[in-house]
Order: sequence, then structure tokens, then C-alpha cells
Amino acid sequence: MIALLLRDLRLAVRAGGGFGLGLAFFLIVVVLVPFGVGPETELLSRIAPGILWVASLLAALLSLDRIFALDYEDGSLALLATSPLPLEGAALMKALAHWITTGLPLTIAAPALGFLLSLAPDAYLYLLISLLIGTPALSMIGTFGAALTVGLRRGGLLLSLLVLPLYVPTLIFGAEAVRRGADGLDPTGALILLGGITAGTFALMPFATAATLRINLR
Amino acid sequence: MLTVQNLTCARGGMPVLSDVGFTVEAGQALVLRGPNGIGKTTLLRTLAGLQPTIEGEVDYPEDQGAYASHADGVKAALTVLENLQFWADVYGQSDVAADVLPGGTAGQPPAAPPGGGFTPTRGRGLPSVLDAFDLDDLRNRMGGTLSAGQRRRLGLARLAVIGRKVLFLDEPTVSLDRASVSLFTDWLKAHLAARGIAVIATHIDLGLDAPELDLTPFKAAPDMGGGADEAFL
Repeated sequence: MIALLLRDLRLAVRAGGGFGLGLAFFLIVVVLVPFGVGPETELLSRIAPGILWVASLLAALLSLDRIFALDYEDGSLALLATSPLPLEGAALMKALAHWITTGLPLTIAAPALGFLLSLAPDAYLYLLISLLIGTPALSMIGTFGAALTVGLRRGGLLLSLLVLPLYVPTLIFGAEAVRRGADGLDPTGALILLGGITAGTFALMPFATAATLRINLR
Repeated sequence: MLTVQNLTCARGGMPVLSDVGFTVEAGQALVLRGPNGIGKTTLLRTLAGLQPTIEGEVDYPEDQGAYASHADGVKAALTVLENLQFWADVYGQSDVAADVLPGGTAGQPPAAPPGGGFTPTRGRGLPSVLDAFDLDDLRNRMGGTLSAGQRRRLGLARLAVIGRKVLFLDEPTVSLDRASVSLFTDWLKAHLAARGIAVIATHIDLGLDAPELDLTPFKAAPDMGGGADEAFL
């Protein structure tokens, strides 16, 4: 399983765009917001948690369709499915690779971008923590969506429609944790719920993904 | 030993072959024949476990099957060695590959080291696999820069590093030149001699001493079942 993870990371680095694309998208969305809503620091700082979280959802979405599509096209997915590697494990590793190439850079970059939106100083820590806890769920759910649309041409748009509604709970609790942090309230409850969602996706999604892949490979 | 009994297999919910039955003993190969669209690929995919059987039984030693499809599964952004190493790792054969990977001796043919203590067993160690499929000069080339025939050779070399006995090969010789076909046949003969099994769908004569199975008589009647399955999908 580690071999698969390492291969995917290596491919992401070599193919380019693996790390950079989502991050650049995140940056641009966040930078565009002040242009749209005007340079009022107070307003920006109030909407900053929501903007940062929505932008990271969209950035994570961007690279989802490639999780399985490339392997499907060159036949490695069928070969993986017949290998001794359990498909559930492969799904988990794929999600993990997606998180390392997308979720982790987003998490690290988010505080810097929070500065652009004049996020309240108290909220930075919680922004980092909530993204760290929340983005793995985005990758897990996204991998499931990618498995659903794997054989489809132009599955990308359908994938967004399928996956974005499933991102809603993560978004709600993630942004809520940051907002509470900014207001000086205790964000523990929101963070715990966020962690619960992530743990739930880790427990369920690999099986759903593997089952979906098996059907799509028939 | 590979046994297939009363097998019905379907493609896209429509049964294409029914009542297929055959036995392949260890050390033997079976060549599947039949016109395009008769269901050779479907049969091989069913045997490999990629799709469920509609009816009937397939039996071979567990965890011994390997499938090679039309597509080679070669990653364009990995080198030839890395591609092979990945599959060796996935199949838990990393020890086979480890001894040559550090790349310091890249380009060197796997000359027998002095002292003669190390002689790679037939077909398993990476050096001999690279040799057997004439990939030695290409070992550090990116998969994306290989020609179709070279890529196919790499795809076939994968079978040699994963250490599986029962092979399901779908048109293994497509885009290979004559010399490469004979390389592959030599390897396949060695594999069979080591009590391997191969089921091969091919249109050319591989020069194997293997029985042939024409699938035409097993063609499923067009109205057989199928409808119920569609409802579940």
C-alpha cells in the first residue's frame, strides 16, 4: 500500500500541477474576494473564515477527477483491482495521496491568506487546526466521488455536483470553528464534530469507494 | 490447475458466453480463439475476477492469478525500472527487485559477479527480467517516451516480476515485432516449465505446444437472461 502512495506522490510531483494547481487556485480565489467586496477591513475579517473554507473546498475539488481517471485510462486500475492489494486499501491510499498533494498545502498556506483577509488574530490557530482536521474528509469524500464517475467522459462537472453537497457538514463545522475562534468563543465543540465527520469518512468511504470501483470496472 | 465449469459471463449485462468449461493443468497453456467480439476479453476478465460470473465456477489456486489487459498500465512519468518496481512492491515481491534498484550500476548488463555466488533464478530477479524482455537499455527511460512495442514489452515484463502462476493474457503480442514475440514466447515457455498456467487470447501463432479453444460454440443465445441484472445496475 505504501508503494501505491509513494507512486502517486511521485507521479503528482513529476506530472507537475499536483501540488501547485490547487494551491494557486486557492490563492486566486482568496485574493479576488477583497476586489469583489471592497477593502473594508471589518467586513473582510467577518467573512474571512467562510471565504477561506469555501475556497479550500473548491481547491480540493479541482484535482479530484484525476484521482482515478488516469489509472483507469492506462489500465493500471484494472491491474490494481486484480492485485493482492485490497481495493479498500488502494482507495485509502489514493485519498491520502490526494490529501498530501492538496489538503496539506492548503492547510499550510491558509494562515498566510488569512492575513490578506485580515482574519482576527485569535483565529489563526483554529484556522490551521480546523483545516488540518477537516481537509482529510474532503479527500476521502472526493475519492468516493471520483470512483463514482471514473468511467465517464466529462465526469468532472458531475463529480462536483455529487461531491459538493457532501462537503456541507465539513464546511459548516470547519468555518464555525474558525468563526468562534475569531469571536473569542470556545471552538472545541465544532472541532470535535469536525473530527467526528473526518473519522466517519475514514471508516466508511474506503469501502464505498472500493465497491463503486468494482462496479465501474465490470 | 485451472478449472472452469458451466461458466456464463456477461458484458454490459448481456451474456456473451455460456456453458464454457475447460481444464488447464499446471505447466500447460490454453489459447483462446474466436472472431472479434465473441467474448475472449470478457472471459479473461471474468477469470481474473474483474467481473462476477453469472453462472458456473472458476477455480484456481487463490492469490495466484494475474491479468494482463489490452492496456499495459505503464505510467508515463515513471521510468521503466520504477514501473516494474511498483508492481513488484504491490505484489509483495520487492525483494526480487531490491538488489538492482539503487541505479548505481544502471546500464550495466547483469554480468555474473565474480565468485559466482549470485545467479539470479530464471525469470525472477529484475536483471534477468530486463534481459528477458530486452529492456536493459531502456531501464531509465520514462514510460511516456517508449514506443508502443516497448511499452507492451514493459507491460509483459510486469508479469515476470509479480511472481504469479496463473496468467490471463489478453492479446499479449499486439504491437510487438517478431523478435519481441519470440522473446515473450521464450519467457512464457520458461514460465510454463516452472508449472505455471497461462490462458491466452491471441490471433497469431505463438509457437506454443498448447491446446486451442474456439469460443464460437459457446456463444450465448441473445435472449438469455440479462434483463434482471440490468435492473440492479
